[in-house]
Amino acid sequence: MEILVCVKRVPTVGGAITLTADGQAVDTRMSGFTISPHEECAVEEAVRLVERHGGSVTVVTLGPVAAEEQLRFCLSLGASTAVLVETDGSELSPFVTAAALASVASAGGHDLVLLGNEASDTGDYQVGIRMSYFLSQPVVTGIKALDFAAETSMLTARREYRGVSETFRLPLPAVVTVKEGINLPRYPSLPGRLRAKRAVIERIPVLSTIDRPELLTSPEFRVKGLRVPAAGKRSAVVLGSGVAAVPELVRVLGELGVLP
Amino acid sequence: MTVFCLVELESGAVADASLRALTLARGLGPVAAVAFAPPADLPVAELAAYGVSDVYAVAADGYAPRAWAWAIANLVPGWPDAFPEGPAGRRPAVLAAGTDRGNEVLAHLGAIIGLPMAANCVAAAPAPGGGLELVRQRWAGLLLEDAVLDAPVALLTAATDAVAAVPADAPGPVMVHAVKSELSPADLMMRAEEAPAAAGGASLATARVVVGGGRGVGSADGFAPLEELASLLGGVVGVSRVVTSEGWRPHTQQVGQTGTKITPDLYLACGISGAIQHIAGCAGAKHIVAINTDASAPMMARADYAVIGDLHQVLPALIEALRAR
Ligand SMILES: Cc1cc2nc3c(=O)[nH]c(=O)nc-3n(C[C@H](O)[C@H](O)[C@H](O)COP(=O)(O)OP(=O)(O)OC[C@H]3O[C@@H](n4cnc5c(N)ncnc54)[C@H](O)[C@@H]3O)c2cc1C
Repeated sequence: MEILVCVKRVPTVGGAITLTADGQAVDTRMSGFTISPHEECAVEEAVRLVERHGGSVTVVTLGPVAAEEQLRFCLSLGASTAVLVETDGSELSPFVTAAALASVASAGGHDLVLLGNEASDTGDYQVGIRMSYFLSQPVVTGIKALDFAAETSMLTARREYRGVSETFRLPLPAVVTVKEGINLPRYPSLPGRLRAKRAVIERIPVLSTIDRPELLTSPEFRVKGLRVPAAGKRSAVVLGSGVAAVPELVRVLGELGVLP
Repeated sequence: MTVFCLVELESGAVADASLRALTLARGLGPVAAVAFAPPADLPVAELAAYGVSDVYAVAADGYAPRAWAWAIANLVPGWPDAFPEGPAGRRPAVLAAGTDRGNEVLAHLGAIIGLPMAANCVAAAPAPGGGLELVRQRWAGLLLEDAVLDAPVALLTAATDAVAAVPADAPGPVMVHAVKSELSPADLMMRAEEAPAAAGGASLATARVVVGGGRGVGSADGFAPLEELASLLGGVVGVSRVVTSEGWRPHTQQVGQTGTKITPDLYLACGISGAIQHIAGCAGAKHIVAINTDASAPMMARADYAVIGDLHQVLPALIEALRAR
């Protein structure tokens, strides 16, 4: 099974998010970069599928040259090849992102494309779905369990919604977005890290993946700026210490109307 | 121009997240609800109370995101020939709740009709220069994005934890329209087979009370008093990421950026430090009560009430006090 996993370089967010002075981006001078937990799980799932059924895992990202760091991390987890769709680092719309990634997927003839359910920074919830339309393939999202039956060449994908388990059965090729919890990703192995360090990463300019350069900027959706929401800071009323606080706690729960 | 709003139903009523979406939709124009249920199953009075004037009841056999999106696309005026032209705020819009389903169906719709989709909006209003001014959540709500959406049809979802559900001032009559839909083979491929989830019971996303446990709980067995308290309060247990990565609890119970967003009346956070990725999931709680040994834990700055102490002592005492009432 040939699997393509799409990942995105995003800032590592620690105790608080700070913005650049112009309010257009997250200030990353003090932080590193990473991929989202959903995507780490997507890489792990791909590596497991290939361990079971054969084939190989390619990892792709759309981003600046610096995103090779994230590709090498994925290689260290077991992906065998990596592709960088190179941009100048500016934010591209979900439409362009999906078009560029789909062009890599169709050139590679992959059986399965895996993504995280949503990018942790922009949270657009649509790149995988838009890719599936470019590729004319079925898509399922937010998947928490994935099985492949080699005999029938069918995927079984599961997720939960409001206490209901939803099962999808689809033939390959297909696009699947996954969520954290589908597996516990492994840590990079030492040989994995050495291999990742030496690996040659293929670079494709983003302009070669989309047919109309004017699509790079979307006149229909324009971001004006970012801001940190006014913190819902409440200063907690301390009800007391240890078990001595229990009567007060019971009184407060009564006041909040949650006692039966 | 009509604002279509996908409405999700839960136990015969409009889901809370959809009431929030209806509230956001009402600010943009007259609202037509789209529900995938037979006309007889529609909570018409509740829809009227939220200002809905028309309901499209689409015949559907279960959840099929692509088919649902096509059914909505077929309601959009002008599509696929030519979208109606109109000044700012006078063009059609399609809204949904920013739930897994709402975001999924609207992303399909965006791909089908070839327009942008803005996920998890907390505000939307006609922009002076044309289109809509939007405020959207990024980083699961830790950041807000100000944007302008200037498309022939605005597609957006309403954040489930940030838009308040407010009934309309002057509800009017509701017209119900029955709509047939046909499933193509491609739609069927993307149809969910539904079954009760293994865990069963109330769902974390919609529970009125959530008893949260973090690293401070210490072990899988340590959750017994949290479970007991949750069932006493008619709620469910939610956990931090440390708890799921330790394997103490399944990931379906994780609250946070990469887990579930909760909007309970009470979140009782026990042994949880309050990392921002966790806060992203519980910021929509009406009230937070924290139990923590560390008076300076970040959760304290987010909580309304706090008990400084060991949850292993406080919870059994609380359970005993509640049982004695
Ligand atoms: C990209 C990304 C996504 C993430 N997504 C999520 C997410 O969705 N959800 C999430 O929860 N986290 C998420 N995290 C992890 C998050 O950053 C924190 O690591 C995690 O929330 C901490 O869990 P905790 O509060 O249980 O543990 P800790 O931070 O270790 O806190 C434990 C707390 O328990 C208290 N305590 C200890 N013993 C006791 C006791 N006996 N009685 C009372 N209190 C006690 C301590 O004082 C402390 O405050 C994410 C991280 C990243 C990088």
